[in-house]
Amino acid sequence: MTEKPGIISIRNVSRRFGTVTAVHTVSLEIGEGEFFALLGPSGCGKTTLLRMLAGFESPTEGEIVIAGIPMLGVDPNRRPVNMVFQSYAVFPHMTVEQNVGYGLRVTGVARAEAAERVKEALSLVKLGGFEGRMPSQLSGGQRQRVALARALVKRPKVLLLDEPLSALDAKLREAMQIELVRLQKTVGITFVIVTHDQDEALSMANRIAVMEAGRVRQVAAPADLYEFPNSRFVAGFIGKLNLFEGRVAGVQDGKLALDIKGLDRIAVPFDGHASGEIAIAIRPEKLRLDRQPSAADRIGVRGRVSEVAYYGNESHVYLKTDDGTSVTANVPNSARSTRPTIVVGDELWASWDAADTLVLTE
Amino acid sequence: MQNWRRNKFAFSVLFLPPAAWLVIFFTLPLAIVWVYSFGARGPLGEIILDWSAVSLGNYARSLEWINLEIVAKSIWIAVVATAICIGLGFPLAMGIAFASPRYRNILLLLVILPFWTNLLIRTYAWIAVLRERGHVNFALEWLHDTINGGLAVLGLPALLGAFEPLQLLYNQNAVIIGIVYVNLPFMVLPLYATLEKLDRSYLEASLDLGAGQWRTLFSVTVPLSLPGISTGVLLTFILALGSFLTPDLLGGPDSIMIGNLIAQQFGSARDWPFGAALSFLLMYATFIILWVKAMVAKREGGSAF
Ligand SMILES: Nc1ncnc2c1ncn2[C@@H]1O[C@H](COP(=O)(O)OP(=O)(O)O)[C@@H](O)[C@H]1O
Ligand SMILES: [Mg+2]
Repeated sequence: MTEKPGIISIRNVSRRFGTVTAVHTVSLEIGEGEFFALLGPSGCGKTTLLRMLAGFESPTEGEIVIAGIPMLGVDPNRRPVNMVFQSYAVFPHMTVEQNVGYGLRVTGVARAEAAERVKEALSLVKLGGFEGRMPSQLSGGQRQRVALARALVKRPKVLLLDEPLSALDAKLREAMQIELVRLQKTVGITFVIVTHDQDEALSMANRIAVMEAGRVRQVAAPADLYEFPNSRFVAGFIGKLNLFEGRVAGVQDGKLALDIKGLDRIAVPFDGHASGEIAIAIRPEKLRLDRQPSAADRIGVRGRVSEVAYYGNESHVYLKTDDGTSVTANVPNSARSTRPTIVVGDELWASWDAADTLVLTE
Repeated sequence: MQNWRRNKFAFSVLFLPPAAWLVIFFTLPLAIVWVYSFGARGPLGEIILDWSAVSLGNYARSLEWINLEIVAKSIWIAVVATAICIGLGFPLAMGIAFASPRYRNILLLLVILPFWTNLLIRTYAWIAVLRERGHVNFALEWLHDTINGGLAVLGLPALLGAFEPLQLLYNQNAVIIGIVYVNLPFMVLPLYATLEKLDRSYLEASLDLGAGQWRTLFSVTVPLSLPGISTGVLLTFILALGSFLTPDLLGGPDSIMIGNLIAQQFGSARDWPFGAALSFLLMYATFIILWVKAMVAKREGGSAF
């Protein structure tokens, strides 16, 4: 994917609004047929980047190439991409059929062919039989399907989706996640989706670019992003963390020796460069709780239970260590018999495998 | 609101004065005029009210050919003026609505600015612009002389001949220009209100789907601003139909309107009953137009305005 240019090449693109830099020297290659997510907190520049792909904003600096064609000065109506807007923007004065057919009518596609394609697109999004409805007679989820069909009927090289699920309720959102993945597999084109919801990005995308304040912090497959985040920001934005501050004591044969506040000297596998102040982190579900000191081959910390939150499938146990650090462990309730026996005030050892330690140099 | 109404004293103190004002200075005179419309003109112009024989004669008279012609002319002038108002007002309102927020209020202020000057003065200003020795003709004369002078310098004969000033005033075109000028803000403001609220992503979606700017304008922007368009059209049409001052000052023999006819009855003709009947017919027509608009709006689920 990295050796040949993708369907979308974003090269050193920046976009400034007055003094605000919404997008800051972003470079990305997005491959053909990828389901690519732009993930980041609100205001980090995701929508601006997407709108530059669609042609509604132009880069202040840098270059965007789509399907081998530089997009500088190319109007939105001449780009081989289509967009599903956050508000869906389904035309309220047109029926479902007219909405979906609009993009074909305005570009002069023959009537018979257009009718055929509209029908096909509507059945693709499971809206067959809704042709004559007005948007006001549709639910939010159905309107979104109209917006999808309206974009897909154009057979774009890339489909852009801005927070497509944010307006749906939780149940519908999960169903639509699966639906979008199915759609993308069916049509086989590149999807670029913008979201601030990590679960959405993790569950749908093949690759994710995590953005912070206009910059791309990391681009990786979901599992790599979760298990090997390159910075505190990415680690903290994707999933929960237990963070420990410390110092590098030395490096020897692929292991990093660290002095961590509240822990003994520990050694963790590491193959990068690190020195000075550093942080390590461990995901809550990778912790194991014991009533005795943990095995010597694991990294462990003692704490007192300050709170237990029961979620049915798992329990979140909040510990306070002797020096006041908070540690959270997620314990799966994997059998009926493991019903929570941990209560507030218990003294427990939380431990983890050294290989699961996230070393965060940034 | 409900609680406030329950306080009878406060309610009546605040409500009575404006209500009394409306009744004494608006409803009562209107009622009197309505009664007059069933009377007859005496030989000396006095009003004869004979209740034993209530007469619809004045209403019948307004259907006479000569009066219908004036009505038709008024409608024609109002239609043309309204059409020109849309043609000018839509791009204007779009320009303001899509301008950067910094300039939007200044531009809106410029639209409303003429209201700060008396209509009479503004209409006289148009006379100064349009008359035979007015600004338009001055400008044309200057252009004419410059071209002729230029030709003379080149040693060519003065091709354009002597300057003939255009007759711009005291005709139907002057009336239409005047009415368009007076009513344009009433078209621009409702259009602006609609366009400003219009979700930009509809327009972007249209462009995204491959439509050009013009196609987007006619297939998306205009249909979605229909509520504003109909309000603007209605306002300008009703106001134009009832014009009096503009045709009175700028008009000529070809441009008498209903307003002038009514004014004549209350003035030189001294036929108040006929004038009253004409006034009420104009008012009924206005009400019918407003009612139709309200019904249409109700059926479409929006508010009347
Ligand atoms: N048209 C604009 N004018 C001025 N500032 C803008 C404009 N669009 C976006 N911004 C600013 O750029 C930043 C990024 O916005 P956006 O791309 O919408 O973020 P996101 O979609 O990630 O929430 C924000 O600070 C926002 O205020
Ligand atoms: Mg956004």
